[in-house]
Amino acid sequence: MSKSGTPLIEVRGLKVYFPVRKGLFGKKGIVKAVDGVDLKIFEGDIITLVGESGCGKTTLGKTIAGLLKPTEGSILFKGKDVSKLSKKEYSEYRRSIQIVHQDPYASLNPTKTVFQILSYPLIKWGLARRGSELEERVRELLTLVGLTPPEEFMRKYPHQLSGGQRQRVAIARAISVHPRLIVADEPITMIDVSLRLGILDLMLDLRKKIGTSYLFITHDFGAARYFSAKGGGRVAVMYLGKIIEMGPAEEVIQNPLHPYTKALIEAVPVPDPTISKKKRMPKLRSLDIPSPLNPPSGCKFHTRCIHYMEICSKKEPPLIEAKPGHYVACWLYEGRG
Amino acid sequence: MGPENEVILSIRNLTVHYYGLRGAVKAVDNVSFDVMRNEVLGIVGESGSGKSTLALAILRLLPPNSRIVSGSILYNGVDLTRLNEKEMREIRWSKISLVPQAALNALNPTMSIREHFIETARAHGIRDKSLVIEKSKELLELLRLEPRRVLSSYPHELSGGMKQRVLIALSLLLDPELLILDEPTTALDVLTQRAILDLLKDIKSKLNITMIFITHDIAVIADLADRVAVMYAGKVFEVGDVYTIFKSPYNPYTKALIRSIPSITGRVEEMKPIPGSPPDLVRPPSGCRFHPRCEERVEICSKKEPPYIMVRPGHYVLCWLYKLGG
Ligand SMILES: Nc1ncnc2c1ncn2[C@@H]1O[C@H](COP(=O)(O)OP(=O)(O)OP(=O)(O)O)[C@@H](O)[C@H]1O
Ligand SMILES: Nc1ncnc2c1ncn2[C@@H]1O[C@H](COP(=O)(O)OP(=O)(O)OP(=O)(O)O)[C@@H](O)[C@H]1O
Ligand SMILES: [Mg+2]
Ligand SMILES: [Mg+2]
Repeated sequence: MSKSGTPLIEVRGLKVYFPVRKGLFGKKGIVKAVDGVDLKIFEGDIITLVGESGCGKTTLGKTIAGLLKPTEGSILFKGKDVSKLSKKEYSEYRRSIQIVHQDPYASLNPTKTVFQILSYPLIKWGLARRGSELEERVRELLTLVGLTPPEEFMRKYPHQLSGGQRQRVAIARAISVHPRLIVADEPITMIDVSLRLGILDLMLDLRKKIGTSYLFITHDFGAARYFSAKGGGRVAVMYLGKIIEMGPAEEVIQNPLHPYTKALIEAVPVPDPTISKKKRMPKLRSLDIPSPLNPPSGCKFHTRCIHYMEICSKKEPPLIEAKPGHYVACWLYEGRG
Repeated sequence: MGPENEVILSIRNLTVHYYGLRGAVKAVDNVSFDVMRNEVLGIVGESGSGKSTLALAILRLLPPNSRIVSGSILYNGVDLTRLNEKEMREIRWSKISLVPQAALNALNPTMSIREHFIETARAHGIRDKSLVIEKSKELLELLRLEPRRVLSSYPHELSGGMKQRVLIALSLLLDPELLILDEPTTALDVLTQRAILDLLKDIKSKLNITMIFITHDIAVIADLADRVAVMYAGKVFEVGDVYTIFKSPYNPYTKALIRSIPSITGRVEEMKPIPGSPPDLVRPPSGCRFHPRCEERVEICSKKEPPYIMVRPGHYVLCWLYKLGG
């Protein structure tokens, strides 16, 4: 990563564990949802986190946004550990990082109008005075997210909007407080296929207009590629709580290095029958994703990896720069870093 | 194996409505297409386009607030819309079988998988348990599951991918000749989805079976289908072979839908969303239901419903552009 200076957010050795009980009287265990992540997010960055269900994407996103506390490691906001911020600094940090959630049906209060939904954060953070100023700001926000004419949408309730329109309201709410980073957690998963790219385009367009950075979370490699490639950003692949590969979008998708990323890319169907019909299950030692309660030692992928070597079960591979800007955590690439 | 190009299911002018407080939801509207013996017909469409309604109508499993308003569903020449419940019961599962959408939660949590197989067979008059277990083992093996372990398991002890495979095995229990799968891979991870797609390809080549495969994911359709029906707002807008549908689609909706899929192949610059949003099916747009979002619309599109036009043998399009000699 050639960027220098202080990152907006720095994640250092982050671990987030959840204590769980298996069954009513079962024994206690620990889910290692995030298990050793380092990540720097600079102003204007676009990072897409991609990985299968349960790999820890949401947990990482929520911890970065301050909604969950690290079990170990730390989150730095503009170089300062967020657990050591003054009250005023902490408040600035929370305002600067906004989350857009997956479910546009659950995330908007059904009893409030769009105007009320968008006014609330503006008043809470003292960004507009009630009256014409507030109305003007809400109108601007709606126009910015493509809900025009704004007067019409201001009066509506969430149930009167389509999934795509609701997600636009959720995005308007997130940008209303001038955040520096938006954590967008599967923002397109629950909306109509034909509208998904519209939401991603809107997010990219807003970056040009207001200069936010994004942590975009998805399980869809196609969407990861679209967002990060179009925005000139990076893709980070997660597996069982760790980032196992990271690099420029097209580089990671077209030339994956980690055996896990390779398997996923090989498996994913594509809208081209001549390619798709030839696809078959990639070779793996096992189909089962290990339980996060009892993850494998060493490289967490070693139980499934066809390139398994002795060291893989003994020692965890570090994330090394195998090619310029392209990072991978895999013993196959040892010595290339 | 039946002769090639033999029609197994022929849907003609099928219209299905749901009745609610706001009026009739025109969920399936004047739909016609054929399913050929031993093919995989993929039905693709966005959420709410009427795919599940169509599947439920074929099996006559529609909820009480809905009705087949008109049209016919000819299965081997017999119109299913005219059969009574008893006659339908003889067709369901043993001739036409359905793996319903969101079926993962449909397994009874208090019953072992073994009991699911026995119960299903019993409901269709087969009481020889050892025969049923033999057959179940065969099917579970076909789906690459360990029969012993799985049969004695309860649903909560299985992963999503395993449950989905159990449901497919269950649907094959009475040797149906037509299998309808409604979004069988949607809630699954990439690798599990891939495993299921491989298994379905396997089943297709090992059993003489016809499949209707329903999904909103057009990439999955490219993988499995021989022919494709594209649905939008209750209508089948285009039916044709999978290569033509993807390489040179005729209908502007099909073109727009393919462009709107973010894929790991193809040029990112060529991908783009469809403007506007899908219509309200209580008050669908006049004329062609896609016209408000269509980039190629002409005057007639908002006025009159387009008819099916055959653009090449076996390839039908619902679009005025082709009637106008375009
Ligand atoms: N509050 C919690 N208590 C216990 N376990 C949790 C909690 N939140 C998450 N987990 C577990 O932590 C792991 C990571 O979950 P997380 O939601 O971060 O994954 P994800 O990558 O976002 O998955 P998805 O794609 O399904 O949204 C999972 O095993 C999950 O079950
Ligand atoms: N039980 C019902 N009562 C009233 N309307 C219904 C009912 N079930 C479905 N509909 C409506 O009928 C239309 C078609 O629904 P259907 O479930 O067939 O779509 P689908 O293509 O299967 O969508 P999805 O991809 O979300 O499964 C939608 O407008 C839906 O809201
Ligand atoms: Mg998540
Ligand atoms: Mg459906």
